[in-house]
Amino acid sequence: MSLALQTFSTVKDANAALQAAGTRYLGGGTLVVRAANEGDVSTSSLVRVTDPGLSQIAVAGGKVRLGASVTMAAIASHPELAALAPAARAVGGPAIRNMATVGGNLFAPAPYGDFAVALLALDATVVTGDGETPIETFLAGRDTTRAIVTGVGFASPKAESFRFLKVSRVKPKGVSVLSIAALLELAADGAVSSARIALGCMADRPTRAKAAEKALLGCKLTPQEIAPALAAAGEGIAPITDPIASAWYRAEVLPVHLGRLLSN
Amino acid sequence: MAKVPVQFTLNGSEKAEFIESGTTLLNALRDKIGDTSPKGGCHQGTCGACSVIIDGELRLSCLTLAETCNGADIKTTAGLAEGGVLHPLQRAFLDAFATQCGFCTPGMITAAKVLLDRTPNPSREDVVEALSGNICRCTGYEPIIQAVLTAARANSQNAA
Ligand SMILES: Cc1cc2nc3c(=O)[nH]c(=O)nc-3n(C[C@H](O)[C@H](O)[C@H](O)COP(=O)(O)OP(=O)(O)OC[C@H]3O[C@@H](n4cnc5c(N)ncnc54)[C@H](O)[C@@H]3O)c2cc1C
Ligand code: FES
Ligand code: FES
Repeated sequence: MSLALQTFSTVKDANAALQAAGTRYLGGGTLVVRAANEGDVSTSSLVRVTDPGLSQIAVAGGKVRLGASVTMAAIASHPELAALAPAARAVGGPAIRNMATVGGNLFAPAPYGDFAVALLALDATVVTGDGETPIETFLAGRDTTRAIVTGVGFASPKAESFRFLKVSRVKPKGVSVLSIAALLELAADGAVSSARIALGCMADRPTRAKAAEKALLGCKLTPQEIAPALAAAGEGIAPITDPIASAWYRAEVLPVHLGRLLSN
Repeated sequence: MAKVPVQFTLNGSEKAEFIESGTTLLNALRDKIGDTSPKGGCHQGTCGACSVIIDGELRLSCLTLAETCNGADIKTTAGLAEGGVLHPLQRAFLDAFATQCGFCTPGMITAAKVLLDRTPNPSREDVVEALSGNICRCTGYEPIIQAVLTAARANSQNAA
């Protein structure tokens, strides 16, 4: 294996270096270095940026801004990000969480990308040198983007309106059978007034359960009223098959776990 | 491939080496510097045998490039004993039969060390969580969990 690392202090210089063939950006390296160890020779040069601004967390005026190099461990232990802690803690074990970054999670193929599922439910914007992109658009085009992600931004969710669930076979640490994040607003009578639901492992990248979101509007979170949303949860999904679970199994258990998340 | 200089503190002593760019910290420690306490179990981030402590945080040395550790303070299990006296964690692992083939042990001990440094009196759940990235094929985990809890008690008695 021969792999050269290029270190830059600014994103601008690193972006220029990344235009060369065979180069790849290095975040925490949990996927990139793993691929190199596995014998992936498609990458000959890694590019990293040491700008400390990329590791900053800013919470102000109801808005959260996470730098791309912020780690899952930093999110899990941040006092103002308690609502997001379950999603950050869902990623890997303690050592992985000290390394795994927000930026890298946006690119992680299923069954990985648990934190990106949370960001999709939160309707985050992804920031690059070219400007800001809604996360849904960003995820759809992530295979062809070359620009370095500098951070993500989203409105700080109220703890009671944001829910996250990861199902894995090995506890407390294990790869996802599936993960689900939901951002729900309830009216005074308890009926859902807005819903955004994101799913992990139901495609090669995080996707939204749009039919279930629609079916949930106006419903109270009781087993009877959420039943149509659960029935619609599988619309448009194409779950992955891997050693953890088959696509069939993932599709079968999705409504069960969505039901548990919603009626909790 | 061009060699690059790396310089860091390992278990309290300064190390400087020329390595090939892209070398993992695990390979640099084992093959260049001669600290073979971190083990290469999977090189995939899944087994935890290569766990080391970098600037106080648990990391996987198999997924860390050595060049990114310039100026860092690195601790491995090899540096825990002081003057021939085993660290309480090492003592507890021996006494509790928490080490059999021993391949996972240095990783388990670094993970446990980070836990006890921050949480001197951990609950059983804290221990299970702290060791959740480390795989052992021999012991069935229970003796390891007990060893960490025993070491924590020994530490707090010493401190009292
Ligand atoms: C043992 C193990 C267990 C894991 N468990 C989980 C899990 O439970 N859940 C989960 O979600 N993931 C898991 N992962 C996958 C991975 O650790 C995470 O997805 C992590 O967040 C990836 O981030 P990274 O910084 O390490 O990415 P890297 O490996 O550094 O990069 C991954 C990809 O993203 C690109 N990239 C990274 N940052 C940027 C950026 N700022 N701009 C542009 N491109 C960028 C890289 O070029 C690369 O293509 C696991 C990995 C391992 C090895
Ligand atoms: S060798 Fe690093 S985790 Fe297995
Ligand atoms: S003692 Fe053999 S792997 Fe743990």
